[in-house]
Amino acid sequence: MITTNYIKNEYIRRMPSAFCPGCGDGQILNAIARAIDHLKIPRNEIAAVSGIGCSAWIPSPYLRVDSLHTTHGRPIAFATGLKVANPKLKVIVVSGDGDCTGIGGNHLLHAARSNVDITVIMVNNGVYAMTGGQVAPTTEHEYKTVTTPYGNPAFALNVSEVVAAAGASYVARWTTWHMNQLIRSIEKALTKKGFAFIEVLSQCPTYEGRILNMDHIEMLHWFRDKFKTDEKGVFRVGEFVDIEKPELTDELQKIIEKVKQ
Amino acid sequence: MIDPGEYFLEGDLAAAYGAIKAGCRFFAGYPITPASEITQAMAELLPRVGGKFLQMEDELASISAIIGASWAGLKSMTATSGPGFSLMQENIGYAAMTETPVVVINVQRAGPSIGQATRAAQGDVMQSRFGSHGDYENIVLSPNSVQEMFYFTVKAFNLSERYRGPVILLSDAEVGHMMERLKIPETVEIVNRKIAKTFEEATKYGDDLVPPMGRFGDGLELMVTGSTHRPDGTRDTGSPDVQSSLVTRLVEKINKNRMYIEEWEEMLTEDAEILIIAYGATSRPAKGAVIKAREKGIKAGFLRPKVLWPAPERRMKELAHVKKVILPEMSLRGYSMEIEKMFPGKFIHYPKVTGTVHTVSEIFKKIEEVNS
Repeated sequence: MITTNYIKNEYIRRMPSAFCPGCGDGQILNAIARAIDHLKIPRNEIAAVSGIGCSAWIPSPYLRVDSLHTTHGRPIAFATGLKVANPKLKVIVVSGDGDCTGIGGNHLLHAARSNVDITVIMVNNGVYAMTGGQVAPTTEHEYKTVTTPYGNPAFALNVSEVVAAAGASYVARWTTWHMNQLIRSIEKALTKKGFAFIEVLSQCPTYEGRILNMDHIEMLHWFRDKFKTDEKGVFRVGEFVDIEKPELTDELQKIIEKVKQ
Repeated sequence: MIDPGEYFLEGDLAAAYGAIKAGCRFFAGYPITPASEITQAMAELLPRVGGKFLQMEDELASISAIIGASWAGLKSMTATSGPGFSLMQENIGYAAMTETPVVVINVQRAGPSIGQATRAAQGDVMQSRFGSHGDYENIVLSPNSVQEMFYFTVKAFNLSERYRGPVILLSDAEVGHMMERLKIPETVEIVNRKIAKTFEEATKYGDDLVPPMGRFGDGLELMVTGSTHRPDGTRDTGSPDVQSSLVTRLVEKINKNRMYIEEWEEMLTEDAEILIIAYGATSRPAKGAVIKAREKGIKAGFLRPKVLWPAPERRMKELAHVKKVILPEMSLRGYSMEIEKMFPGKFIHYPKVTGTVHTVSEIFKKIEEVNS
């Protein structure tokens, strides 16, 4: 997908890119910008929050909105405070798989449980890429990484299923091969009242590619061939949850109204 | 809400009243003894003034949420005790680095680790100052009564708004759970942060080294990051100059303004030969012991830092002529390094780590012993 000058000028901060050649993070930035543009949400009504890791750089500094670049694992908790303090804001969290499910897994569960109206885009590349490709909660069993040189003894977490079970209003999984579906999903997530979670499998040619022995093109083709709506487990893509249910900021407002009477 | 008048209640509750009075409209917390009463009171009070209360999944989330809420423009607070305070340290450093006004109440209990949950201690004095990694300066207040739990919470908000950073209200289980008279006045002095109207404004600071703060949702397109950043928020982690000027300013904005922040109480110091320095719960029996010593003809004086950090160093230098300095406190370490530094060769530490406060006669005995 080509990034038009219009999208660039309107939504992207002009700064040198920190992403490796072939990285999927730029595609996800593009998808977020397009979804915002399609919905015509004014930029001052959007706040982006991220933690630590490569994907944290997608909104901070590149997305031209108020951006809060926070500590490792905590962006969802920061975002919850921001959203509850000003419910008019559309709050987008961009978090990596390690940030979101490893160090910050607890916040993910509880944000889904309380159904706070934020959108979490979890960029899943299966490793801790920024620190050099260590094993992550999303790394497949027996995969070799720099901290599992004899193969991963543990098993990958199916994050989307966990978030669905925790009570989110919207859950979807796509890959960077599925750009149009991803953009539609982000649009849906931003308009959904409640906790919306989108997992995006993204290629990391630098470290994940080393594990899989693939370059970025081969990885995208792997996404195309392996990740299908009728697949099973972590290879299944599509929308998993899309429901209406009470949401945290509304419930808090109800309490305020109730005690006023 | 919080009508002026006289109340009889415990310290933790007085802190919650002070927070509401100061304009706190967001609280996120996690239950912990002996600070849960603050959290419970905020849960009840905040919705009544249109504020928001969240019980979070842990203390890491609590401190994160209040920093987020502060960027949305609300005065925000959390309350905890030792174990939770330890968990919060990383983001207290984040609040310092991003210059986010937040108030953190630590009702100290005896540690280390889980320690004695219901017993008072003063072992977190140094942690309050720099428990997070890297260079920064926190403002730390030390109340010794229910009345001060109220006033110092207001003051903590005022200082955090004025100097844009985390302010720690360092109480202890004794003061937090003590029942006493509280007088709530008609009005209290409230300080609100300077709000930046434009992106430009948010990047500039004057002599006080405190830049006006932008607010999320105002269209400024702010870049807030805990990474080393230029004044406009742009991340720049490679430049020695950017790191140096940022970190130096974070420390200097407290040091340079310390004459406006330092606060202490003193009694009978003019001709004192033995100076008793005490803070928090311990300052109450210490004061009594000084009065008793005077009755016995011993030239004792009393100094109580109300603000622990920055410490009242100028005043302590003026008192350097005293013969001996006794520091009774509920910690083996506590404030001792600071006081010993100010009074080398004259310093006598008098720690008590039983989970209970010194008695008047214990401190008096110590004064007698030092005097003889």
